[in-house]
Amino acid sequence: MGTRRDFLKGMLAGSAAATAGAVATPAVARETRPRPPEALGLLYDATLCVGCKACVAACKTANNNPAEFSTLDHLWDTPLDTSGYTFNLIKMYRNGTMDAKDQETNGFAFMKTSCMHCGDPSCVSACPVSAMTKDPVTGVVGYNPDKCIGCRYCVAACPFGIPKYQYDSPTGRIGKCELCRHRHKDGHYSACAEVCPTGATLFGRTEDLLAEAKRRIAMKPGEMNRFPRGHLRHAQEKALQGKPDGKGVMMRAGWRDEPDQSYETQAGKYLQHVYGEKEYGGTQVLKLSAVNFQKVGLPDLPPDAAAAMSETIQHTLYGNLIMPFAVLGAMTYVAKRNVKPEDDESGKEGS
Amino acid sequence: MANHNHAAPAPVGGSLINAITLTCGVLIALMAAILMVRFLFGLGAVTGLNDGYPWGIWVVVDVVIGSAFACGGFSVAMLVYIFNRGEYHPLVRPALLASLFGYTLAAAGVIFDLGRWWNVWNMFWPGSINPNSVMFEVAVCITLYVMVMWIEFSPTFLEQMGKVDARKKLGKAMFFFIALGTVLPMMHQSSLGTLLVVMGVQIHPLWQTPLLPLLYLLSAITMGYAVVLFESCLTSSAYRRKLETHMLTPLAKIMLGFLAVYLIVRVGDLLVRGALPKAFVPSVEALMFWLEMLSFIAPLILIGAESNRRNPARLFLAGVLLMLGGALLRLNGFLIGYETNVDGAGGYSYFPTLAEVLVTAGMFAIEVLGYIVITRRFPVLPREHAQAAH
Repeated sequence: MGTRRDFLKGMLAGSAAATAGAVATPAVARETRPRPPEALGLLYDATLCVGCKACVAACKTANNNPAEFSTLDHLWDTPLDTSGYTFNLIKMYRNGTMDAKDQETNGFAFMKTSCMHCGDPSCVSACPVSAMTKDPVTGVVGYNPDKCIGCRYCVAACPFGIPKYQYDSPTGRIGKCELCRHRHKDGHYSACAEVCPTGATLFGRTEDLLAEAKRRIAMKPGEMNRFPRGHLRHAQEKALQGKPDGKGVMMRAGWRDEPDQSYETQAGKYLQHVYGEKEYGGTQVLKLSAVNFQKVGLPDLPPDAAAAMSETIQHTLYGNLIMPFAVLGAMTYVAKRNVKPEDDESGKEGS
Repeated sequence: MANHNHAAPAPVGGSLINAITLTCGVLIALMAAILMVRFLFGLGAVTGLNDGYPWGIWVVVDVVIGSAFACGGFSVAMLVYIFNRGEYHPLVRPALLASLFGYTLAAAGVIFDLGRWWNVWNMFWPGSINPNSVMFEVAVCITLYVMVMWIEFSPTFLEQMGKVDARKKLGKAMFFFIALGTVLPMMHQSSLGTLLVVMGVQIHPLWQTPLLPLLYLLSAITMGYAVVLFESCLTSSAYRRKLETHMLTPLAKIMLGFLAVYLIVRVGDLLVRGALPKAFVPSVEALMFWLEMLSFIAPLILIGAESNRRNPARLFLAGVLLMLGGALLRLNGFLIGYETNVDGAGGYSYFPTLAEVLVTAGMFAIEVLGYIVITRRFPVLPREHAQAAH
C-alpha cells in the first residue's frame, strides 16, 4: 500500500519536476543579439520610391524565380504578396481619393516587402535543423534546402511574414530574400538595389545605411539634397580607386566598381523613425517612410527579439541537460523504490 | 504497492470484425488515398495551408492536441509509480496503450506535414541540429518517448508470446524506463507550449506568455487523467464490462487538484500581464477564450462534490469537457489566436479541407482500431469473471 510517506516523497520529486517547467527564473537570460558590426543590408526610402517595380523584376531574374499571375490575362508577373517564388515586392498603400504620394489621408505610398535580415532572427532560432542560418560576418539570413525538412516553423515564427513555402510542389522549398548572397562572390550586390532608378533601395553596410537614414530624417522637407543610388560606399571606400580583377572587371573593396550615381532631389516628409534601427534589437534592412509604418504593413515590434525570450526559456529548462537529468534522477530514485521487478507493468500482484 | 488485489490483465477476446472496426478500415483507406495525392503533388493539393497559416490541423490537432490526449499513460504511470498509488495499477496498461498509439501516430503523422520529409534525418544529425530550436527539443523528446513507451508496453507482448525470461530481464530495468517515461513527456509537453513564444506578437495576448510551458504541462497532465476517465467509461460500456468507478472517483479528485493549479496559474498570468481585458473585447478570440475557460471550469462544478464523483455519467462528461478545454487552449494558441504579420496581414485565412479532416480522422481510426485489436488479443484490460465480449 502506498503509505503517506511514499506519497510525500513522490510529491517532492513531482514538484521538483514541476519547478523545472514552472519558475523560468533565467539562470542566464539570453539577451537580444545586435547585428554584427560588418552587417550588410538595405535602406529602403519610401519617399524616393516611384513604384516602378524594377526591383521586383530584377529579384525574379537574380533568383531564377517564375512569374506569378493574379490577373486573368497572365501577361505580367503580378504577385499580390511575397511567396515561395517572389522574394521581393513593392506594395501600395491607398487611402480615399489617393490625391498625393506619401500622404496618409487621401493619399498613397509604397513599401518594399522583403527579408529584414534581423539581428536576432526568429526563423534562425526556430529552425530545428540549422537550414536557416545567420552569417556571422555579413549577418545575411540564408537558407539551405538540403537541410530543410519543410516544417514551416520559420514561416510561422517570422513577424514580417517573410519565409514562404512552395505549397504547390511535392518537393517545395522555403523562399526568401538572401540579399543576393549568391551574387556577392562576383562582386555583385543585391539586384533590387542595383536596378533601383531613384536610389529608394540602397545597398551597403547597415551602419553606413543607418547614418544615411539619420541624415535624411534630419533634412527639411522639400529642401534640395543629394541622394546616392545603388551601393552606398563606406567613407573610406569612396576614396579608393577601382582595380581590375584580372577578368576584365573593375573592383573596389570587394565589390564591382561603379561610377558615382548620386543625384539631387527634394527631401521627403520623413517620419522621425528609422524602422529597423531598434525593432527586435535591430534589423539589417532599414526603412524610411512618410506614412505610419503600421499602415504600410510593418509590425509594431518591441526592442527585444522573441527569439531571445524563447531561447532563454529553452536554455533555462534544458541548458546542458542539467534540469532534465536532475528530474530524471529523482524520478528514477522514486520509481526504483516503488516498482518491484515482478510487478512493473504486469499487474500480476493480484493473483 | 504489491498487495493490491487486482485481477491480472487478460485479453478480452471476441471477433475483430464489427461495425466499428470496418468503419475504421474505410477511414484508413481514405487517408491512404489522400496521402498518396499529397506526396505526389504537394501539400497545396490536399490542404488549405497557406503562408498566413503554415500550420493546419495536421500539426495542431494530430500532433499538438493528439499528443496531449495521449498523456493518459504518463499521468497514470506518474501516479502509480512516482506517487506510489498502487490502487490505480489496473489503469496503467490501458492508459499506456492509448498513449502508445497516440504518440506513435503523432510522430509518424508529422511526416505527412513535412514539406521536405526526406531530410528529416537532419533532426538527429549532430552537424545539423539546432539546440536553440524549441522544435528540435520537441522532436527529440517525442521520438525518445515513443521508444520508451514501446519498451514499457512490451511486457504485454512478451507475456502473450510466453517469453518469460525476456520478460523477467526487462522487469529488472523497468523502473528506469518508467522514470524516463515521466520525464520525457514533462519536457516535450511543456515545450509544445514554448513553440509559440518565438512567434511573439503574432500570437494573441490571451495565449502568449513566458508561462506557456507550465500551462501546457499542467493542462496536459490534467488531460491525461481526463482521457483515462473517458477511455475507461467508454471501454466499460463498449465491452459491457463493470465500470471502474472505485478507481475513477478518487482519480477524478487528483485530476481536479491539477486542474485547480492550472486555473490559478492561467488566470494569475492573465491578470499579471494585464491581458484579461482582451477577453471582454467582442471578437472571435474572446469567444473562443471563454469557451476554453468554461470547458476548464465546468468540471469543477460538475464533479466538485464527492457524491457527484461517484456518478459515472458526470465523470465521463467532466473528462470530455477537460479534453475539450485542453484542445481549445492549443487550438486557440496555434490557430485562432495566430495571425501572421499582425498589421499587414495579406488577407490570409485557413479552414481545413475535407481531405485534411479525413486524414486526421484516419489517424484517429488507426488508434481506435489498434486499441480494439490489442485489447481483444493481448492482456491489457483486467480479467473479468464473466467475460461479456462478443
